[in-house]
Amino acid sequence: MSEALLTLTDVRAVLHSRHQSQSLLNGVSFSIAKGEALGLVGESGSGKSLTTRAVTRMLDPAFEVSGSISFDGAEVLSMGPAELRNYRSRDIGMIFQDPRAHVNPVHTVGDFLTEELVRNRGLAREEVEQRAITLLDEVGVRYPERRLTQYPHELSGGMLQRVMIASVLLAEPRLILADEPTTALDVTAQSDVMAILDEQRRARGLSLLFITHDLELAAACCERLAVMYAGEIVEQGAHVYESPRHPYTIELLGARPSIDQRLERLPVLQYNRDIHEQLKAEA
Amino acid sequence: MSTEALVVAQNLRKVFPAPKGMKSEPIVAVDDVSFELFPNECLAIVGESGSGKTTVARMLVGLETVTGGSLSVRGEDRNKGARGLAGRRRWAREVQYVFQDPYSSLNPRQGIGDIIQASLSLHAPGNPGKRELKLKAGEILDSVGLGSAFHRKFPHQLSGGQRQRVAIARALAADPAVIVLDEAVAALDVSIQAQILNLLSDIRARREVSYLFISHDLAVVNQVSERMIVMEQGRVVDAGNTAELLANPVHPYTRSLRAAVPGPGWKPVRRERLAS
Repeated sequence: MSEALLTLTDVRAVLHSRHQSQSLLNGVSFSIAKGEALGLVGESGSGKSLTTRAVTRMLDPAFEVSGSISFDGAEVLSMGPAELRNYRSRDIGMIFQDPRAHVNPVHTVGDFLTEELVRNRGLAREEVEQRAITLLDEVGVRYPERRLTQYPHELSGGMLQRVMIASVLLAEPRLILADEPTTALDVTAQSDVMAILDEQRRARGLSLLFITHDLELAAACCERLAVMYAGEIVEQGAHVYESPRHPYTIELLGARPSIDQRLERLPVLQYNRDIHEQLKAEA
Repeated sequence: MSTEALVVAQNLRKVFPAPKGMKSEPIVAVDDVSFELFPNECLAIVGESGSGKTTVARMLVGLETVTGGSLSVRGEDRNKGARGLAGRRRWAREVQYVFQDPYSSLNPRQGIGDIIQASLSLHAPGNPGKRELKLKAGEILDSVGLGSAFHRKFPHQLSGGQRQRVAIARALAADPAVIVLDEAVAALDVSIQAQILNLLSDIRARREVSYLFISHDLAVVNQVSERMIVMEQGRVVDAGNTAELLANPVHPYTRSLRAAVPGPGWKPVRRERLAS
């Protein structure tokens, strides 16, 4: 395997509140190679989004984080403010589930796309706009020049998600964190957005951490998968979708209805915390 | 099963007026849509966002007015508004609605038991007393898998799946002929989704009820529905037996929807550039 870009080693996050301490990430370890896509799959509350927040150091201060998160040799958990700012703005790019929640409705698409590079990297606005137009065209936005003067509410969800992808690519990061980027979209828009993300990532040799609850989608877009349950990765590798080994993964795959055959009843997941603890004790 | 249709839509049409102050055309959300829903069956309406599937459902429950065509439930015309309070109640008793988002469709200040009892006291036959209402609410909550521990809880104390069970229980409390399920499982986790889909089939095994199931997820549609209609830009472009349509999609739009569903060997594909 080629050189690792991001490596998490035994990352733990404990949430301290006045009365109790809750351990929400229990030793997460994985790594993403340069140019590789890893799918982080799990249900709500399994800790997928928490993991991305740990990677970007955006966890609430009430969390106590331990372990190591290494990005291209640098330890993220011990970065100082300037280094951290640099890491967040230049090395990683983020795409979220709800693009509308991440754009300012009173600014145009053009302002949104150019602000960061003009203000923080001192590039000329015209130059950035030209690059934005080229990128918008690449991610399949028609009439890109006109889009720059439009406001977010004038664009559909699928279109806005493409603008988000363009804005991330514009900053030329090395790692893209995509947290459920297609969950709010319907199937055709999902297929479309994932195809664009996949194509752009490969063309630029970017790494991708793709967070989703959809194992099938992750399998189609990533080289390796990691399945999370209760703040732990229960299984990871390239085999997960075709030949899952962990009981949780097997049950999760079986519970999804199939488009080819109709079952009398869908199997309901039997896997729970007790079985989880028992399995861990046995291992 | 009787062969008389419960719900009949004929050349249904809905036009929203152009937004004020904009130089845009009126929006034709639903255009020439016809379908029938029979007793004790599940009909799915499938399509992308903006295809008009929710507008059809909203017209059925009276949340939108009908611009053209006709819509009837049990032979009674629903084009014009209901007559008076009693009429509205009777209509609501026939068709109940379960919304996509169980976080915003339940009153946060109403306990779970009260939510069901409120629906019961509006719709239950006769004039049941307090104790009877409470008993009946308990039975209904039991039937959706929520035990007595839930009666005194509030929506914020429940998970997404449990809330959706409450929403289904509230619909059942009216003893409706039709339940409209508008993307009712779309926001749920895979494991919870399986439970709710099983619950929906259990309910139909116990009592006679029809579902109008609105979804863009073809795998889910395949699991629950016998027939489906496919909508694109306000029109019905394809209709038929669900299993057959999905096994051999002929219409190009149905094919493209079918092709967008992830599965073994699937790869995402880019469609042509979008104009809007």
